[in-house]
Amino acid sequence: MDVKIGVLALQGNVSEHIDAFVLALDRLGCGRSSEVVTVRHPADLEGCQALALPGGESTTISRLIDKNHLYEPIRTFPGGIFATCAGMVLIATHVDDARIHTLNLIDMTVDRNAFGRQRESFETDLPIDSLGGESFHAIFIRAPVATHAGTSVKVLSRLDQGIVAVEQEKHMALSFHPELGGDTRLHERFLKKIGI
Amino acid sequence: MKLEELRFGTELLKRGFASMQKGGVIMDVVNADQAKIAEEAGAVAVMSLERVPSDIRKMGGVARMADPQKVIEIIEAVSIPVMGKVRIGHFVEAQVLETLGVDMIDESEVLTPADEQYHIDKKRFKVPFVCGARDLGEALRRINEGAAMIRTKGEAGTGNVVEAVRHMRNIMGEIRMLKGMDKQEMTDYAREIEAPAELVIECAERGRLPVVNFSAGGIATPSDAAMMMQLGADGVFVGSGIFKSTNPELMAKAIVEAVNHFNEPEVIARVSRGLGDAMPGLDIHTLREDEVLQTRGR
Repeated sequence: MDVKIGVLALQGNVSEHIDAFVLALDRLGCGRSSEVVTVRHPADLEGCQALALPGGESTTISRLIDKNHLYEPIRTFPGGIFATCAGMVLIATHVDDARIHTLNLIDMTVDRNAFGRQRESFETDLPIDSLGGESFHAIFIRAPVATHAGTSVKVLSRLDQGIVAVEQEKHMALSFHPELGGDTRLHERFLKKIGI
Repeated sequence: MKLEELRFGTELLKRGFASMQKGGVIMDVVNADQAKIAEEAGAVAVMSLERVPSDIRKMGGVARMADPQKVIEIIEAVSIPVMGKVRIGHFVEAQVLETLGVDMIDESEVLTPADEQYHIDKKRFKVPFVCGARDLGEALRRINEGAAMIRTKGEAGTGNVVEAVRHMRNIMGEIRMLKGMDKQEMTDYAREIEAPAELVIECAERGRLPVVNFSAGGIATPSDAAMMMQLGADGVFVGSGIFKSTNPELMAKAIVEAVNHFNEPEVIARVSRGLGDAMPGLDIHTLREDEVLQTRGR
């Protein structure tokens, strides 16, 4: 296999992330020479060029990362990380909740549940700078936002409440769930950035 | 960003919320202190209710939605999602919980049904619903009414996993059976199980329910929880099993880890050691007909 993508499979919408990456790799023409695997233990990361941190409950996933001895292996993972929703909380340098053991990989401050409870969850067509002026149908579920991002972080999109899409080097973090809508443009952009 | 461009309470948002709970444990709690213990142990969400099912059994009488004051205390105590139970068919209890900001409503047979003919018209709500089911027909009727998540019913408050196993095997077995059918046979089968044909066909195509399917009703140990996961559950609800055990903190953490590593017996063995007593169990065969909860709503 030329391409191997891992999806952190401790809790959350893991299968949707697997399906979305399979589809994105297919659309980039490398479906046959690639595989998408689940990651539960440090050894599962071997040979992966990228890792997805899925949506789910960030406090639960953070605790399970520590329990499964995955904190250091993820923090020092040499590939790109694609983080959505709970993943965006985990990958930040600062979070408004001390129970989250942040991975400190993207220089930003993140607020959990920034829009409120489930009744405040919403769908919208979101303008994203790097998609050539086209909008992206984004699904926000009890979503976080970044209230501050460092100078090394490229902000791709923001709403009134804060920043909802960023890139830093090989990593991408999104407040919303591209894996739920069938639109793989952001997955493809991420894969191209890490040389796939 | 103009407000009219945002859409709330859509089917995708409801099912998406349910999907985020996958691989998780949702714990019954009756007050803020228990909610904090559950959150600390790694629960993905808590279910707020007046009494856990085993106490509902003991008390008898009519079991209703929890006091809103208690629901608010629980909401304020934790940052994970808070769910709440309403009686089958009691759409006003559901309106009340939606107003309070509960993240998902469980239209539950554990409470005394308010309507013996109709379930709640769940599509009228912005908040997602989870409903119990014993077989494929019941699951698909609930999904057709707008349920964004299914949980197999089991027999709540017994600490006995046998009914949870029966209901999960029913649903998974029926879906496996669909794979060998052509469209005409599926349509016929849909009529037989009193479910919409298009949902039956969707199950056959996906090889699973169109929404997330958790297990509930009788899970009392880490092994129980892992067994339900191996049988095909997307996650588990634990009711009386946590706070009726002798050491709730340990039991809660152990069940979270067992669900996380449901295919790794060595992990389940490790987390199961020295937990103290699980909740006292009940033999299903000793229940009188009026003590059986799973037959409420169909």
